[in-house]
Amino acid sequence: MTVPAETGVAGFLARYAALRERLPGDRAIRDAAAEAFRAAGLPGRRDEAWKYTDLRLVASAAFDEPVSVADDSALLASVPSIDAPRIVFVDGRYRPELSALPAAFDVDSFADAPDFGTLARPDREPLVALNTMLATDGAVLSVAEGVDGGTVQLVSIATKASRPIAFHLRHAIRLARGARLTLLEIAVGEGSYLSNPVTEVHVAADAVLTHVRLQDESRTAFHLSTLYAEIAEHGTYDSFALNLGARVARTEVHARLAGPHSITHLNGAQLLAGQQHADFTTVVRHDAPHGTSRQTVKNVLAGRSRGVFQGRIEVARAAQKTDGYQMNQALLLSPDAEIDCKPELEIFADDVKCSHGATVGELDAEQLFYLRSRGIPDPAAREILVRAFLAEALDAVVHGAARALLESSVEAWWERQAA
Amino acid sequence: MLEIRGLAAAIDDKPILRGIDLTVPSGEVHAIMGPNGSGKSTLAYVLAGRDDYAVTAGTVTFGGADLLTMAPEQRAAAGVFLAFQAPIELPGVGNANFLRTALNAQRRARGEDELDAVQFLKLARAETKRLQMPDDMLKRNVNVGFSGGEKKRNEVLQMALLRPKLAILDETDSGLDIDALRIVANGVNDLRGPEFSALVITHHQRLLDYLVPTRVHVLAGGRILRSGGPELAHELEARGYADIVAEAA
Repeated sequence: MTVPAETGVAGFLARYAALRERLPGDRAIRDAAAEAFRAAGLPGRRDEAWKYTDLRLVASAAFDEPVSVADDSALLASVPSIDAPRIVFVDGRYRPELSALPAAFDVDSFADAPDFGTLARPDREPLVALNTMLATDGAVLSVAEGVDGGTVQLVSIATKASRPIAFHLRHAIRLARGARLTLLEIAVGEGSYLSNPVTEVHVAADAVLTHVRLQDESRTAFHLSTLYAEIAEHGTYDSFALNLGARVARTEVHARLAGPHSITHLNGAQLLAGQQHADFTTVVRHDAPHGTSRQTVKNVLAGRSRGVFQGRIEVARAAQKTDGYQMNQALLLSPDAEIDCKPELEIFADDVKCSHGATVGELDAEQLFYLRSRGIPDPAAREILVRAFLAEALDAVVHGAARALLESSVEAWWERQAA
Repeated sequence: MLEIRGLAAAIDDKPILRGIDLTVPSGEVHAIMGPNGSGKSTLAYVLAGRDDYAVTAGTVTFGGADLLTMAPEQRAAAGVFLAFQAPIELPGVGNANFLRTALNAQRRARGEDELDAVQFLKLARAETKRLQMPDDMLKRNVNVGFSGGEKKRNEVLQMALLRPKLAILDETDSGLDIDALRIVANGVNDLRGPEFSALVITHHQRLLDYLVPTRVHVLAGGRILRSGGPELAHELEARGYADIVAEAA
């Protein structure tokens, strides 16, 4: 069979036509997603939700199916990691020989038991439709009632292929009542590829999921992730995403505070240089009273890079005593760097506390002078202040090992800039 | 030796300094006193190299070199130190790391060996102890959450570690209680020697009881109106600036 060299939507639909009979899971769901994707196409500037992020580079590329690679245990050597169980995917395929599964809870494979979940909206999000159409693998993590699942790493590695590849991981994380888990998600790779993962998170009553994400994909890759989270009464979804890599990245999160007194933190930092573009888009939906949402996203933008922050907080009529806070900060290190920031509040309850803010700027002149007056040369003084800005962002990560991993990734990013 | 000749400076086209002549020979401590808004802090900032002040006339040489053409970090490496009136907070920057980076940057600029973390900490701990500062001061972020007195002491700690040839103290005594004042004065006195000079900007004679100046200058309206020995500070304390300012007018 010849590989279709078609690009964009046509290419993905041709891929689906070719694979349809062999894809696991409910074919009706996939067909519906394919139809939604055919109708919507790849999102573009005409879509309000994609006003600042252009996918023309994705649309004009032809992606091959990943070829299965031989066992290569050396692959892990260059991937940042901590001392914890790990679930490893290479080019979108689960690799048991590279993984070390946790003992505390169940890990299933999407490939064995496809579960499209209940939260994803392929009818609304074209990339979720694309994922639903073509997903072949992913991890299903289920932590039982009252169990502390400890820490687990969810790793995606893309290997250098002769032609660009695309993969669409489909993960589900389910914490039953009172369960706990720290999930460290790491996405790295080499070469040109599209990683289009969709993750569904269910946090039951009194459960706590801490989700630390490192996106350090190849500078020629596309990373477009969508995550849906639903948090029940007194549950917590606490996330932090560090975006360092990819040519074009989008971190899209839909978090619904479904039960009273539920909490979500959607924090993050983006460090961009060169031509990089990274979009942090979140929708927090307060549907129950006494919910708390907190969000601080910091951007450091060098070169001609562009950062996007779109944050929407929706407060339903029933969600009285909601406490929502959102802050986006950007440091522009070059006159050619750009940040687009769109905060939105949509409030239907009358007794709520919601605020948002944004700062965009250069380094503080007084701080810079203070450092230089102590003998620290201008470039070094600037670096100290940028690092301080980032260190403050990483303060949101309380898990020691995960934080150390993010810090060393930031360090490596600096070294790449200096090189 | 610091030599200031005919120095004039403005901010946003508003003249602040209107022709300062001042020589501070090595080994001497000079006090600058004067009413609010007289240009004392401006003089300190101009000497340290803050670029929002425009020097419109005059020269400043330090150790024979033209200070005004040097970047702030070059002035620091040449031995100029400004203790800020309102020390700047640096959230996210650890104090020890800040101090070591500064010290090593200056050492590097002078062609000296850098100190490693162990050598530095030994030195820094000895100085914090001498200045009676709490141990955790080195671990905290620079000036963040410090009381007014702690900030001033942190300036003196930096001075003690950086060992400048010219220390400019911009109201380092303001907001300090008597014990802290003595500690700060001793911090400067410990550096006194033939190679060290200081310019002490203060409102109060009290600091000068502990840090006895060689000369005292009265700065008002951007000019030095009178200079004298330490007794001038006592006279100002008793009689205020009004007579001197009226005389000059």
